[in-house]
Amino acid sequence: MSVVDRQEWDVVVVGAGGAGLRAAIAARERGARTAVICKSLFGKAHTVMAEGGIAAAMANVNEHDNWQVHFRDTLRGGKFLNQWRMAELHAREAPDRVWELETWGALFDRTKDGRISQRNFGGHEYPRLAHVGDRTGLELIRTLQQKIVALQQEDHRETGDYESRLKVFQECTVTRVLKDASKVGGVFAYERETGRFFVLQAPSVVIATGGIGKSFKVTSNSWEYTGDGHALALLAGAPLLNMEFVQFHPTGMVWPPSVKGILVTESVRGDGGVLRNSEGKRFMFDYVPDVFKEKYAESEEEGDRWYEDPDHNRRPPELLPRDEVARAINAEVKAGRGSPHGGVFLDVSTRMPAEVIRRRLPSMYHQFKELADVDITAEAMEVGPTCHYVMGGIAVDSETAAAREVPGLFAAGEVAGGMHGSNRLGGNSLSDLLVFGRRAGLHAAEYAAGLGDGRPVVDDVQLDTAAAEALRPFSAEAEAQNPSAGPPENPYTLHQELQQAMNDLVGIIRREGEMEQALEKLADLRVRARRAGVEGHRQFNPGWHLALDLRNMLLVSECVARAALERTESRGGHTREDHPTMDRGWRRINLLCRLTDPTGALAATDPVHGQIDLVRETTDPIRPDLLSLFEKEELVKYLAEEELYE
Amino acid sequence: MSSYEARFKVWRGDAEGGGLEDFAVEVNDGEVVLDIIHRLQATQTPDLAVRWNCKAGKCGSCSAEINGRPRLMCMTRMSVFTRDETITVTPLRAFPVVRDLVTDVGFNYRKAREVPAFVPPEGVGPGEYRMFQEDVDRSQEFRKCIECFLCQDTCHVVRDHEENKPAFAGPRFLMRVAELDMHPLDASEESGLDRRRTAQDEHGLGYCNITKCCTEVCPEGIKITDNALIPLKERAVDRKYDPLVWLGNKISRRT
Repeated sequence: MSVVDRQEWDVVVVGAGGAGLRAAIAARERGARTAVICKSLFGKAHTVMAEGGIAAAMANVNEHDNWQVHFRDTLRGGKFLNQWRMAELHAREAPDRVWELETWGALFDRTKDGRISQRNFGGHEYPRLAHVGDRTGLELIRTLQQKIVALQQEDHRETGDYESRLKVFQECTVTRVLKDASKVGGVFAYERETGRFFVLQAPSVVIATGGIGKSFKVTSNSWEYTGDGHALALLAGAPLLNMEFVQFHPTGMVWPPSVKGILVTESVRGDGGVLRNSEGKRFMFDYVPDVFKEKYAESEEEGDRWYEDPDHNRRPPELLPRDEVARAINAEVKAGRGSPHGGVFLDVSTRMPAEVIRRRLPSMYHQFKELADVDITAEAMEVGPTCHYVMGGIAVDSETAAAREVPGLFAAGEVAGGMHGSNRLGGNSLSDLLVFGRRAGLHAAEYAAGLGDGRPVVDDVQLDTAAAEALRPFSAEAEAQNPSAGPPENPYTLHQELQQAMNDLVGIIRREGEMEQALEKLADLRVRARRAGVEGHRQFNPGWHLALDLRNMLLVSECVARAALERTESRGGHTREDHPTMDRGWRRINLLCRLTDPTGALAATDPVHGQIDLVRETTDPIRPDLLSLFEKEELVKYLAEEELYE
Repeated sequence: MSSYEARFKVWRGDAEGGGLEDFAVEVNDGEVVLDIIHRLQATQTPDLAVRWNCKAGKCGSCSAEINGRPRLMCMTRMSVFTRDETITVTPLRAFPVVRDLVTDVGFNYRKAREVPAFVPPEGVGPGEYRMFQEDVDRSQEFRKCIECFLCQDTCHVVRDHEENKPAFAGPRFLMRVAELDMHPLDASEESGLDRRRTAQDEHGLGYCNITKCCTEVCPEGIKITDNALIPLKERAVDRKYDPLVWLGNKISRRT
């Protein structure tokens, strides 16, 4: 085959959002020559869309906050399914990760005494989110980007080359993780601009590619969120964990249609915004589940007092975890009490002076004004649930972020599973990126250094296979001449059908029959996707890029559908109409997805049985000192009998 | 909901050359120019190259020139045009074309590297930073920048003057210098770095003659000229020509 450019690096980080950049910084500072590879331009990753803040128990606003309270909130939010050691590390390390950003130039909003200000958010007992207005993600990505540039400037002073130890390959897509026997050997990638293939050989690969939202029709996620990292890990032989848990953010825009799904930050509620139905009622008071009864206000008066006096009042139920609020909105709309465009009303206009709204929620003000002709200082917004985040992901070791079963593979951020259990709290994502991004980069660098001269070798056969797979969409037309094959398919059409199916059949409320239907539809799409054809050539060809991304979306969608069908209970981001309650027996059960064909080949897969094998796994018991942070009465609601006696 | 068919002219081609192509395409209520470009991809021209990400005005990827004006395609609503108007979409003019609406914006990443990073103050550990809101307000305004590079595209210093590019950082990166210069804890002076002088000597601040074109196109509404460039010019001038400032500096650096 054609000669492919090969380069040697110590650590390759796939993805340049918060987790990827933090990993790259850690790896480079640990001495590893580090390459970052990302689909977009450097600094445009999906992290820029994060609005509300970074959760970290710094206790700047409420002195009672500490890592134990943060840990407790995180477990409650995840309905105790969280990989508890990750939740512990996260709560303990988040403050250091935020403070470190200041030393790299970040400028957070300040308290009166000059410290980092912290705001309230759903599920967090105290004001905990470090923020910059409602553009915290932008501040995070820019700070990390500028830290990378600072390291490159250091390298330039020493070596005369900005990219000698840390290089960003922007607008490149990885299609395969390459192996040397069972271990990681590098990645196979193409430049989006030219379509040229290249290989980065490296003993360590950190996957930090974010989520899967582009498999759903209504989503707050950008085009990049095609589940690439999830699929790369599966194809490399690593298992995915608890893929049934998909977070539908309660407040996405619902109108106009072209912006349906775009996020409306939770800060709107954290700062005092309320949800009302078409009758003008603050309906969330009717939706406080039993496990949270003692924690939330029972009257509007109490809820309103809480903003001023949180020590003597309980928080309003608008600030329940996201899964609860999303289900409540869904139920109100279904009951015929929705807004004109099928959402509910989110109102700050009657709660705060216009000038405070413009200062605290500038992006929201801007977004509604520009995109929907709505002035949020004068009228209510219309909002409804939107696919936002996947809690499931690559199964990792809590301490090192190492993926299971594939030495040299690491994962951090949204693409990693476990940390958030069945539902993520707002603000815990940005802190997750920093805490586990750093850990992944550090351990990837140490693993690479520990190999010494025993560096992996990647054989040409893998490269030929990967190249052939990537070029397949260009020959769809020719293959279609074969009478047994069908006509070439338009990748855009296939994508739309996939999004519609996942939205309708594996969406916010799930039913057994519909998920079975979804699996059949996915099998059909899989067969047709093999005929996805493209026009033109390899230079910046979005049709081709989409045809390649379809493989990943189909794999990940199958994981979501299979796991959702298997879990016969409702918990966090997984709601079954036919199994509407949480079942304590399921608390200890993780569902693991693996590729059916362990060689990573997809061609021979039976369309009916699919490409994914699912197994149940019982998790380790929660460490006693962590359990003792909760009252017994609360634990009874979550833990099975036998766990309580242990 | 009302739909209509709009007429579009979209530039197609690559570094070798190209031209405007005509399209007739469906438009629905509430849509933005990027929606129409996506509809063209899905129905007529699957290989039409365009950059985009967030579709909410937050990432600054989908910059282009719409009827000759630099704008974000995701924030340009179709309702600002009349139905019989032909809408022309072309790539950013100040940067070399890669393909169709995608340009090579590498110039900006090179300039970013030339601005020395934030210098942390010595002896102030993580968690010990104390800054007041009123002291960070100004730099925070500049940090709203989404790096869409529309200001870099429109700035007449480089727009039709390729020869000025080596010496001129452009509004975005002069604003970055201003941001760091106004950061309450940046310790560049202590480390021997004079940001104001470098703005003048290394980043080409003197080329800017404050026509405010950059401010006009900024989708974030940042007052680049008034709040960043003019104050930076004033500070740079003070530094350069005020003998007292010069002397004070010499003395403070010795101690």
